[in-house]
Amino acid sequence: MGRLTLGYFLRRFSIFLVTIWLAATLIWIIPRLAPGDPITAMVGRMIRQAGYVENSDIIIEGWRERFGLNDSLPVQYVRYLGNLVRMDFGYSLAYFPTTVGEIVGRALPWTVGLLLVAVTITFFLGNFLGALLAWRGTPKLVKYLIPVGMIFTSIPSILAAIFLLYIFAFFLDWFPLTGAYKAGMTPSLSIEFITSVIHHGTLPALSVVLVSFGYWALGMRGMMITVEGEDYMHLARAKGLNPLYVLYRYMIRNAILPQVTAFAITLGTLVSGQVLVEYIFAYQGMGNVIFSALRNQDFPVIQGTSFILILMTALAVLIIDLIYPLIDPRISYERS
Amino acid sequence: MATTNTSPDQRAVDSALALPITPKRMGRFNRWDTPWLNRKLLTGAAIVGAILLIGIFGRLFWDTDLAFTASSPLNLPPPGFVNSRGQEGTWAHPLGTENSGRDMLALMIVGAPNSFMVGVVAATVGMTVGVILGFSAGFIGGRLDDFIRLISDVTITIPTLMVLIVIQALLPVIELSTMALLIAAFAWPSPTRLIRSQVLTMRESGYVQMAKLSGTSTFSIMFKEILPNLLPYLAASFIGNATGAILAAVGLETLGLGPQRVPTLGGTIYFAISGAALLRNMWWWWALPTLLLALMFIGLLLINLGLDEVANPRLRQASR
Repeated sequence: MGRLTLGYFLRRFSIFLVTIWLAATLIWIIPRLAPGDPITAMVGRMIRQAGYVENSDIIIEGWRERFGLNDSLPVQYVRYLGNLVRMDFGYSLAYFPTTVGEIVGRALPWTVGLLLVAVTITFFLGNFLGALLAWRGTPKLVKYLIPVGMIFTSIPSILAAIFLLYIFAFFLDWFPLTGAYKAGMTPSLSIEFITSVIHHGTLPALSVVLVSFGYWALGMRGMMITVEGEDYMHLARAKGLNPLYVLYRYMIRNAILPQVTAFAITLGTLVSGQVLVEYIFAYQGMGNVIFSALRNQDFPVIQGTSFILILMTALAVLIIDLIYPLIDPRISYERS
Repeated sequence: MATTNTSPDQRAVDSALALPITPKRMGRFNRWDTPWLNRKLLTGAAIVGAILLIGIFGRLFWDTDLAFTASSPLNLPPPGFVNSRGQEGTWAHPLGTENSGRDMLALMIVGAPNSFMVGVVAATVGMTVGVILGFSAGFIGGRLDDFIRLISDVTITIPTLMVLIVIQALLPVIELSTMALLIAAFAWPSPTRLIRSQVLTMRESGYVQMAKLSGTSTFSIMFKEILPNLLPYLAASFIGNATGAILAAVGLETLGLGPQRVPTLGGTIYFAISGAALLRNMWWWWALPTLLLALMFIGLLLINLGLDEVANPRLRQASR
């Protein structure tokens, strides 16, 4: 088993920092390449939405001053990075005295909670089904049914969410249409509240599970087929080991490792998919915050929420990368 | 991305180690009996092709001006159905209309190719950059390889949608092509990684060594020896990339950040959600673009699965 060396840790950590820096820089630079400045564009959109905005040039000038857009670009850039490092995203424009940090702090636990539940279910279910698909001992019927279920894999979570919402919440009325818990309830640790949260969270979680389990199943199937061809499989069978023991100890444990790497790579897509699902279900997580911020043209909130999500994803990838060699003894922390 | 999960090196090993064809299948010297004509690939291509044909030829048979606001009556259901105001659908609008007087059929005909275009443009740009970077990294190696690997490792973990949301929220006007190019800016790392690892494997293989020994130029080794062998991987990666790009585009459009001047499928879903189509039971408004997109994605997945079988003979045997 490899030990976590300082060199490996530093290398991974610097990749993490570069990722964050690059994302932050792209967010900052690309809009500035476009003609016009963001504040004018924002007020322009407000005018388009509301028909007329009083004193729009004074607003523009005020905001330019507030955001320091009259300074030179390098000064602005350094100040922007400084604010990000201090996690200072400023105030929400739509709910003025509230800071972006407060808004994010309220929404983040819901997103993280839902994401963790959905992703855990997906990962285990997908890998289990994928293993069954490639295993010799699986009944024929199961082998035909799994691919049918996998058709959902290709559909974006947002489309699945719309269908689920219509069928189970609108048509059958089994689940609530919106929100993360019953309106008017105060969050507490009572049974009633927890049931309400589960009741509200089922459909959003299901939309994420439904569209992504097949991805894991496919990858797992591919790896299992590769493992199936190895010599040690013949040996295990020749020894007369219990087929279930062979399935678990010899096949799944070897096949699942690349899946963990794939997990780190797809995390960004997962987070994005989840954000869109939250918006469809009006679930009070980051997705909903982003959507209402888009409606209100609340730019600091859009930037803050997106940056936190980018940071979260990069952090998760860093953690996966750091623990990966612990679960796969063949990978060492040293550079090959 | 969806199915390029097995590591490419492993796949190369797989194809090399593929079990010999069983005697029963030996007599397949028929030219139609190629792996490129497998069922998944054909079905997928048929679905995607049908959607494209509707988009291309639909405008010859249907007036696409009806995709403009206020060109038709409001909220009409398809013929045979009744909306909440008791109005019956007419054949003048076979798929109904939405709440600002746009004909759904015209919207679908104009919108479907637009959504598709974004995918093709982004995937082409991503692929081209990927081929160039992947080949340079795999062939030249050294510092350049380290650098290319670093930036693709870094870019691949950035949640694209989040970055694009911020950028598009700030841009005053978003054209279809702007969106496609912005998405393309994040579409190159996975082909780059794929091609790099394939090139590294193939560079050591016998036929490339042979070509090198017989004095073939590096350029011709790249394009005459290695590239043809990469075709199934490139095709699968292209489709995977296009799928990812369409996915990103649909996400942005459904959030209301898509192009404002042309109708798109995701944009139609955005208007349907903002117009409370679900609660007003105007199923034709949200379900048609959703279904069409779902079909498009299923078609793309089938193509990708089919290409995977072309690239990995062991999968082909397992699926029989």
